[in-house]
Amino acid sequence: MTRLGKWIGDHLILAIGLAVLFYMFLPIFVVILMSFNDPASKQSYSFDGFTWDNWANPCDEFGMCESVLLSIKIGLSATLGATILGTLMAFALVRHRFRGRAPANVFTFLPMASPEIVMGSSLLALFVSAGLSGQLGFWTILVAHIMFCLSFVVVTVKARLAGLDPRIEQAAMDLYANEWQTFWRVTFPLVFPGILSAALLAFSLSFDDFIITNLNAGQEVTFPMFVWGASLRGIPPQINVIGTIMFLLALTLVLVGELGARRRARR
Amino acid sequence: MTQPGDVQDPPQAAEGGSDLVLQGVTKRFGDFVAVDDLDLTVPQGAFFALLGPSGCGKTTTLRMVAGLEVPTVGTIHIGGQDISHLKPYKRPVNTVFQSYALFPHLTIFENVAFGLRRQKKSDVERQVDEMLELVELTPMASRKPGQLSGGQQQRVALARALINRPQVLLLDEPLGALDLKLRRQMQIELKRIQTEVGITFVHVTHDQEEAMTMADTVAVMNAGIIEQMGAPKELYEHPRTTFAANFLGQSNLVRGTVGGGDGSNVTIDAHGARLVCPRDRAPAGISEVWVGIRPEKVFLAGAGTETADGSNLMRGGVVTDVSFIGVSTQYLTRLPWGQELMIFEQNSGARESFRVGDPVDLHWLPEHTFLLDAAQDASAGVEIEGED
Ligand SMILES: Nc1ncnc2c1ncn2[C@@H]1O[C@H](COP(=O)(O)OP(=O)(O)OP(=O)(O)O)[C@@H](O)[C@H]1O
Ligand SMILES: [Mg+2]
Repeated sequence: MTRLGKWIGDHLILAIGLAVLFYMFLPIFVVILMSFNDPASKQSYSFDGFTWDNWANPCDEFGMCESVLLSIKIGLSATLGATILGTLMAFALVRHRFRGRAPANVFTFLPMASPEIVMGSSLLALFVSAGLSGQLGFWTILVAHIMFCLSFVVVTVKARLAGLDPRIEQAAMDLYANEWQTFWRVTFPLVFPGILSAALLAFSLSFDDFIITNLNAGQEVTFPMFVWGASLRGIPPQINVIGTIMFLLALTLVLVGELGARRRARR
Repeated sequence: MTQPGDVQDPPQAAEGGSDLVLQGVTKRFGDFVAVDDLDLTVPQGAFFALLGPSGCGKTTTLRMVAGLEVPTVGTIHIGGQDISHLKPYKRPVNTVFQSYALFPHLTIFENVAFGLRRQKKSDVERQVDEMLELVELTPMASRKPGQLSGGQQQRVALARALINRPQVLLLDEPLGALDLKLRRQMQIELKRIQTEVGITFVHVTHDQEEAMTMADTVAVMNAGIIEQMGAPKELYEHPRTTFAANFLGQSNLVRGTVGGGDGSNVTIDAHGARLVCPRDRAPAGISEVWVGIRPEKVFLAGAGTETADGSNLMRGGVVTDVSFIGVSTQYLTRLPWGQELMIFEQNSGARESFRVGDPVDLHWLPEHTFLLDAAQDASAGVEIEGED
């Protein structure tokens, strides 16, 4: 009885685990599969035939590659801006005692909690009332993206920083390292994993964003906006090529990170 | 209660010396006073031990010397230079942190080399190799701190500070995590390095034996103040406060009233026994006292036995507990007024041994007696078994 129970317990957990994984990865399999689709018509959502064409000429779909490039450009710029600003904010919030620290902590959380549609429309209102209605485009998107990435960066870096024993930095100072050397030789290397994951998070948030971007983009078309527009007419298979590439890229990053961590642990 | 006069000979840094001098140093955290008006002179090259219960302000004191904490009041000088507001990296001071505080992302080698590299010293490789050899960590040089045991990490912390040969080395329980054998070995090494290089050591420890065997001067600290400091022997033989008497070794304290005396002695009436104590071992102008005597200074004798003339004598004791611990036997003896006193007798074979229930007399030499102000708490500083 107990052996049977144990057998069921072991295998049930395995089965449930596999089912959950299947559930999570099914959409990705579909994306990869569909990137090889040769659709019979524009409206077709079924796998009609295998082809390499989509992979050979992904930019054949008019406007798509431009939108991908724009999204990457915005993603990188927003990541850079939000990571630098957010890291500085995290240091200020964790390391310095100043008046208004507690409210500042709360306010950095607020953008994460407020609905995107509200933030997007209020940003638009702000831009328009500032007389920028004619200039909506790359810069307004960038400002918006840095704004909503910031909270996530602050939270991620803060968590890492809070786990760092200040006595380690004090030890560096005790061993003749001035503030600058202490930061670059001790603090930064120790906080870096947090900054890196914050940057990755910021990039994927920015690359992915549709609602806020759509409201503040003017004439520009980012990749999510392109996909949305295309989906009204039928999804071109090239979009799945981009999707697959993004997935493979993320997978590679994770694997490289994991291998690096293992090598460091072994040494 | 700080008694600067107790320091052996604090030669005020006349010239060239680099004594560590703390003057009126107070540290408050909010309303809490962690260190209270501390005056302290550690002569250059001295081995100074700071002993005290947990939370008494030892680490805080060291941190102020290292520059990691700013004194609320007071000044700190090294060799006549006011360093109270100098940045930590500008002070000729290194610290062995109680929590080790090793750099987790650097190898053991780089941890130890850190200070030398910042000072742009040449010959880093050789010095680090030597230092790692000294602390027996050569095979670990390329590991990260997270891959070492607690004791190994502690030795890295020691090596990392020691390699810089600062004027003052602050050691915050640097040997606490080591086993007895390694600890003794490191004690000898530390003492050797300290005498060879002439570094001033300020050594915080919980280990009384360590403090007494290694240090020239021991300071007993309690609740932010230094209760007493002096040479280990002086401190042990003549404690000036009940805290010092109980914290460093053990003491029997019996209530008494000073009744008179002559030029060199005072006489005390303690529960009917007439006791004698040298005048220089009695606080002046106090009549209600604790009569103190160390357990190993007391002799037991069968009730009514004749004792040497001039001995302090208390009659009417009954043995209530006997524990044999090899080199000595520990007796607990109940006296007529109900107090239990502790007596350690050497197992030399020359002494009579007693059993529970035996009636006994206690006697000891007047010059081993010390008197303390009865206003002080007789149980201050008593260590509870099994606690640090
Ligand atoms: N940053 C701080 N803020 C508030 N209180 C503090 C701070 N640092 C220390 N204290 C308090 O000051 C007192 C002395 O602390 P300290 O670390 O100097 O003790 P210690 O003698 O080193 O004790 P231990 O033997 O346990 O290491 C403690 O009661 C502690 O709670
Ligand atoms: Mg401490």
